[in-house]
Amino acid sequence: MQKLLLLGDEAIAQGAMDAGISGIYAYPGTPSTEITEYVQASKFAKENNIRSTWSTNEKTAMESALGMSYAGKRTMVCMKHVGLNVAADAFMNASITGVNGGLIVVSADDPSMHSSQNEQDSRFYAKFAMIPVLEPSNQQEAYEMAYFGFELSEKFKLPVMLRITTRLAHSRAGVQTMPLHKQNDNSLPTDLRQFVLLPAIARRNYKGLLNSQSGLEQESEKSKYNNYFEGKDKSLGIITTGIAYNYLMENFQDKQLNFPVLKICQYPIPRKQVMQIVKECKKILVIEEGYPIVEEMLKGYQEAGTPVIGRLDGTLPRDGELNPNIVAKALGFETKTDDRIPEIVKNRPPSMCTGCGHIDAYVALLQALSEYSEGRVFSDIGCYTLGALPPYNAINSCVDMGASITMAKGAADAGLIPSVAVIGDSTFTHSGITGLIDCVSDNSPVTIIISDNFTAGMTGGQDSKALGRIENICIGVGVHPDHIKVFKPTKKNMDEMIQVMKEELAYQGVSVIIPRRQCIQTMKNKVLVEKVKELGL
Amino acid sequence: MKTDIVLAGVGGQGILSIAATIGMAALHSNLHLKQSEVHGMSQRGGAVQSHMRVSDKEIASDLIPMGAADIILSVEPMESLRYLPFLSKDGWLVTNTTPFINITNYPSIEDVLAEIKKFKNHILIDADKIAEEFGSKRSSNIVMLGAASPFFNIPFESFEEGIRKIFGRKGDDIIQINLKALRAGKEFTEKNR
Repeated sequence: MQKLLLLGDEAIAQGAMDAGISGIYAYPGTPSTEITEYVQASKFAKENNIRSTWSTNEKTAMESALGMSYAGKRTMVCMKHVGLNVAADAFMNASITGVNGGLIVVSADDPSMHSSQNEQDSRFYAKFAMIPVLEPSNQQEAYEMAYFGFELSEKFKLPVMLRITTRLAHSRAGVQTMPLHKQNDNSLPTDLRQFVLLPAIARRNYKGLLNSQSGLEQESEKSKYNNYFEGKDKSLGIITTGIAYNYLMENFQDKQLNFPVLKICQYPIPRKQVMQIVKECKKILVIEEGYPIVEEMLKGYQEAGTPVIGRLDGTLPRDGELNPNIVAKALGFETKTDDRIPEIVKNRPPSMCTGCGHIDAYVALLQALSEYSEGRVFSDIGCYTLGALPPYNAINSCVDMGASITMAKGAADAGLIPSVAVIGDSTFTHSGITGLIDCVSDNSPVTIIISDNFTAGMTGGQDSKALGRIENICIGVGVHPDHIKVFKPTKKNMDEMIQVMKEELAYQGVSVIIPRRQCIQTMKNKVLVEKVKELGL
Repeated sequence: MKTDIVLAGVGGQGILSIAATIGMAALHSNLHLKQSEVHGMSQRGGAVQSHMRVSDKEIASDLIPMGAADIILSVEPMESLRYLPFLSKDGWLVTNTTPFINITNYPSIEDVLAEIKKFKNHILIDADKIAEEFGSKRSSNIVMLGAASPFFNIPFESFEEGIRKIFGRKGDDIIQINLKALRAGKEFTEKNR
């Protein structure tokens, strides 16, 4: 047992390793990426054969984890909130199959959308699936919840969600570790049909899930992470969830806190404590990071008609991340609203790196498209999404992983010809291939640019499953080899690139253009440089 | 005693190496620490910040309340101004004077420096030049940390220890260069505050 200085993400990884996981499955996504990277870099993980390479997407990760659980081992699967949408089919059904070895699903939400398309709250998914949620308020709890979460999962034979948000994921603090738990031995489920979700079995399992709800609620009521703090002043009762507790306490560093406080970090909501605070207090303020999920449920709990305030009535903003000042305002404290950012300070949005291959690809594409009307470039999730910003203004969509290809297809079906998709190599293998098959089967007039930089760049240069495979995949799903064009995106090759793009834009079928050059951020990655050389890319 | 620091810069400038050194220094002094970082999209050349809180008591929020920071430590001059609402009245603004220009509408550097000088407690330091003088431009961030070090409630020896821990793997030469950088920054502030 030792004290370590860890990011919230790293604390989760350490907790899971100390709890005896045999494998971790994930696709990189901010703010969840560092969990898996921590295991990948761990000497302990290597020595103990904890598998940790990246999965192709969140769904394959979730399913692999379920398989590992089936075989009796403890396992964790990690993703960002929108990754859970990709994994949702497997996730929802995993609550019906239940688990064998302990299974924790980490979903890292991104309120205020620091690096995301939306700020959906994963707790809704857990409620939808009727599984317990652990939501740490600090790094120590993040560690402990990963550590103890597997016990909870094995006790109820259900997956457990560990929900964090960006702030905790990427904030560092001291963490005390616990004794090492050895890995589970292999063991099959006692009922070998537990995971066979034929209707008859699924109906039986679903009843079991429903029956376990009261046990889960009792577990929450006695959880050491749900705390009721007495207070003399009953004019207000405060309920916090997860990290919101810290913002409340920040406002009472040099003041006495006299209101009763219920700190919730484990779900389902502990009904007993909630009823107590609602009965005792004249008014309830709910402070939660994310959507007003507890606030909405509380309105349904009410017997005495106690008013509930929070994000729904405007006491707290309906969207965005919380902070100490927002919470101070909700408590009626005077806050410093001195807006002193001088006018001289200009916005500095993120941008593609100087020398990035995506830039050359976009410059060529804009030239090649200049003879057509604008508004026909569908893009995807990755560094190249930054092509939306000036001076390029090169793309017209960024929705979800893989949507570039299928949206281009739909637009082409509707008569927008040519339609162009711009997708990265890692995103292509994540969710682009199925869409490409749709294009091939209709022979849709689309030009698909797979901007290949050998890595998942935006999340920090993780391995790409597409490395050395893109042409074979395209040929394999039926793209004609004559319409698969590869070149190196550089200023020197600009004329050739524009010419090739013009030809393929004019072609009335599926074309794949692959501008291929290594991400400049990964040049120091010797293993990758060596691999690229070996593959002759 | 607490010290709340907003670290500022542009993605890719390496403010997290400063944060890591402060973290080690805090650990060496047995202090509590919370350090909130920015990862992901903004790291691609966007404005980045890190909230760093060091205290002998337990720390509640990972984020510093507005008007409560003791130090803004910025490796880029315009970025130092972006976080002014966080700085307390008696806080110190410590910034590098070398601009990082990756936007077309970057203001004139004279105007930026004039704006900084309006704030009473400021240290303007050409950390790149100082670092270059002893042959290691890469240690300019550590010069910056040295320049801010007199405003921390952390003993200077703990920062030196932090440097030894952080750069330990890279060999004694690198440690010595960075210790030199740290001291050069500190001396600059002592002469110019």
